[in-house]
Order: sequence, then structure tokens, then C-alpha cells
Amino acid sequence: MNYTLDFTPVIEGMPNLLTACLGTFVLAICGMLLATVIGIGGVVLRTSKIKALRWLVIGFVEIIRNTPFLVQIFFIYFALPLAGLRLDPTPTAIIALGINGGAYAIEIIRGGVQSISKGQVEAGLALGLHKAQVFRLIVLKPALRAIFPSLTSQFVLLTLTTSIASAISAYELTSVSQRIESDSFRSFEVYFTVTAFYLVISWLMMRLFAFFSARYFAYPVK
Amino acid sequence: MSDISTTKASAETMISMTGVAKWYGAFQALNDINVSVRKGEKIVLCGPSGSGKSTLIRCINHLEAYQQGEIRVGGILLGHQAKSIDAVRREVGMVFQQFNLFPHLTVLQNCMLAPMRALGLGKAEAEGRARQLLERVKIAEQAEKYPAQLSGGQQQRVAIARALCMRPQVMLFDEPTSALDPEMVKEVLDTMIDLAREGMTMICVTHEMGFARQVADRVIFMASGAIVEEAPPVEFFSNPKHERTRKFLGEILGH
Ligand SMILES: Nc1ncnc2c1ncn2[C@@H]1O[C@H](COP(=O)(O)OP(=O)(O)OP(=O)(O)O)[C@@H](O)[C@H]1O
Ligand SMILES: [Mg+2]
Repeated sequence: MNYTLDFTPVIEGMPNLLTACLGTFVLAICGMLLATVIGIGGVVLRTSKIKALRWLVIGFVEIIRNTPFLVQIFFIYFALPLAGLRLDPTPTAIIALGINGGAYAIEIIRGGVQSISKGQVEAGLALGLHKAQVFRLIVLKPALRAIFPSLTSQFVLLTLTTSIASAISAYELTSVSQRIESDSFRSFEVYFTVTAFYLVISWLMMRLFAFFSARYFAYPVK
Repeated sequence: MSDISTTKASAETMISMTGVAKWYGAFQALNDINVSVRKGEKIVLCGPSGSGKSTLIRCINHLEAYQQGEIRVGGILLGHQAKSIDAVRREVGMVFQQFNLFPHLTVLQNCMLAPMRALGLGKAEAEGRARQLLERVKIAEQAEKYPAQLSGGQQQRVAIARALCMRPQVMLFDEPTSALDPEMVKEVLDTMIDLAREGMTMICVTHEMGFARQVADRVIFMASGAIVEEAPPVEFFSNPKHERTRKFLGEILGH
């Protein structure tokens, strides 16, 4: 073992790596937003009066949760053009991340909604609010609060999953570091640095969620 | 006695239930319910657990659907279409055993939500109403607090104010003091007594027989999903006609 560490290619590639971190953030944040929309929308459809819609959601969740993300992202990348929609790798990756994260978010948020007592809904209805208003104004926030820790871990996972988007060469940290590595053959140095970056990114995400939670869910409960 | 109560309440009927029946699956929870409540009248509904008291009052604002008979509230026929349900719920306030305040909203916001969203009131008007009614239930100084920061008795008074913010013609109470520590029962009952004095039409499911004696125009006793007996409180307590009523009163009054 007389391997000499040489971080020169990493240092030279630092501006690239840092902007790639930004790319990872963009994928993660956009993916999460889409996943949240799919998650909340899915929960609404999941409780719809129309049976076909409920089954659509159940089917969607089962398919996504029982297939690998790498296959999903390839599928979307190659299937969309067949449907006439040609998208760049980065938007494709965002859609894939949103769909994948959304399927998990549906199940998590559904648990939160189920944890809200029926009395809350009844109080809203008795006050003359409609079902949709009751969900939006009364149920949603306490439900999200109840499952926010789970949602946070799921979304940190989503953040790390962005690295798989390198398979379709979306602009993010892993694909950029792969390029530096294959140009320099400094594999250890590159992946050591990238590992550290991912740790920092995860930590920042958790801080972001903690900040959001402290803001948005600040009300006291017994 | 009955002469007095018929003359003092106006002839206008506020709630009428005619031949109402309800099933949960194969189980019949309400059986041929006939009740007529005049404007301003106060009814206390009592009976053993599982007799259908909650089911009955929850049919009045359609939290439960009924399958047979007819319910009218303030002249509106309560059907199963959204339109008639909305119209009835606008006239009927409800107070629950578990308060059911919205934990993520302050006391004031709890009171403003429905007037703004269901009645379309502006913010200033809704706030004015809310503060006025919080004053009336003597809790105005807690307006900016969250429900979890209040005692049970305070929460229930907020729940009453919240319902009143919709200016309902009728108030339904489902065991409003049953979840309270004994020392808080009085503050809630006093609030209800004030409301009764102001002429509100009220149906109260409660086992607070002191309240029934003081406030009720009529006491209705239910058992097994049917109305067994109804009478003005003096008569009801001193001279119950049915064996089941006597047994129930014996248990509840502790002799
Ligand atoms: N959602 C439901 N599904 C099935 N059965 C129900 C349901 N709600 C109530 N019941 C049944 O209907 C009957 C009447 O219930 P209800 O809650 O009206 O009684 P209650 O007189 O209010 O009793 P309590 O004093 O315990 O509150 C009971 O036998 C109860 O088990
Ligand atoms: Mg009950």
C-alpha cells in the first residue's frame, strides 16, 4: 500500500463540483415539491367516492414501490419520447423523482390523515364547511405535522436518490464527479470528497425541514 | 305545568322529526322518532348508553343520514342532497363531548374560520363577531391562545362561541360536560344556561339533571332507539310513567 493521495484533480474540479451540488439541490427540491403534490393529490383520490380512482392510486403506489428507481427513470426517459414528449435529462429526472417520492408520500400522508380524529371532520362539517374545505383547512396541517418526521426521512432519501439520475446524465453531483474521476483516475479522492458533499447536503436538507417545521407547525399540542 | 310551557313558547316549529328511522347496517339505531321542538324551546335528551341519543341529534344536522321519515329544521326539509344539508347546517350549531377545537388555529381563528369560509364574511366582520361571542362566553382574553393551552372547560366554552359565530337558530349539545373534570362542569353549564335565557332553541344530550330541572321545557327519555317518555322536568322527575325511566333515574340519581 503505497498509494499517494493526490487531491489536485478534485481541487481543480471544485467549481464544477460545487455547481453540481446546486444541480443536486435543484433535482431534490423540485422532486420533493412534485412528490408532495402527488402525495396530497393521491391521498385525496385515494378517499374518492369513485372506486376506479381509488384503485388507480393503489395500483400506482404498488407499481412504484415494487420496482427499482433505476428502471423507473430509464422507463420514463425512453417512454416519454415515444409518447411524443422529448425532455432533457434534468426535467426527466425531476419527474421520475417526483413520481417515485410521490408514491411513498401518498402512503405516509395517508397515515397522517387517518390519525386525525373523526371529530375534527365532524366539527368542520357541522360548521357548514364542505368536505374539500374540511380537508384543506382542518385536516391537512395537523396530518402533515403528525407524519413530518417520516416525510423528512423519505425526502432525505429522495435527495440521495438524485445520484441515480446520473444514469441518464442529469446534471447533478454524481455524474459530474464521474467525469472528473474518469479523466483523472483519482477514484478514491473523488468519491471521498463526493461522500462528504452528500453528507453535507443531507444535513442541510434536514436543517431545512427542521426550519420549515418550526415555522409551519409551531402550534402547541397536548 | 304543561299549560305554562305551551303558552310561553311560540307556536313556530323549529325542528320536526316525523317517523324517523335509522339503521347502521342491519342494526336499527332509531325507530319511529317523532319530535317537535318549538322556537325557543329547550329539550334535554337522556337515556342509557347506546340508546341512540347521539344518533338522534346527529341526524338533525345530517352528520348521520336517516333512512326513513322526515326531518325539518326551520322549515327546511332535510333531504340527502348537498343543498338542503348546507342550508340546515347553516341554522344548526353543534357542541361535542370532545370539544373538537382545531388545534392548529388560535381560539380567535377557530371562531372565524367557518363564518369566513362558509358564510363568506370579511375578515373584519368575522373577527368582530368572534370577539363579541368570546366575550359572551367570558373568554375574550384567551383569543390569541391555541386550544392546547386552555383547560377543558375553557375549550368547551370556545366551542360554544365558535358554533354561535354562525348565528344558528338551533344549538345541539352532545354530552358537553362529560369529558370535563368536575370543577369545570359548572362554567360550561352556566354558559349554556345563559344561552337558554337568551332564547336559543336547544337540544341537549346530558345527564346533568340539575341543568334539566333548571332549564329544560321538556325532558325526553330514550331507550333502544325509541322515545319512551317525554314530560316537563318536574313531572319527569317526580312522576316517571315507565318502568325503564324509573330504573334509569334510579341509576343516575343514585338511589
Ligand atoms: N357508526 C356506527 N356504526 C354502527 N353502529 C353504531 C354506530 N354509531 C352508533 N352505533 C350504535 O348505535 C346505537 C346508538 O348509538 P348512540 O351513539 O346514538 O348512543 P348514545 O345514546 O349516544 O350512547 P352514549 O350515551 O354511550 O353516547 C349503539 O348501539 C351504537 O353501538
Ligand atoms: Mg352519545
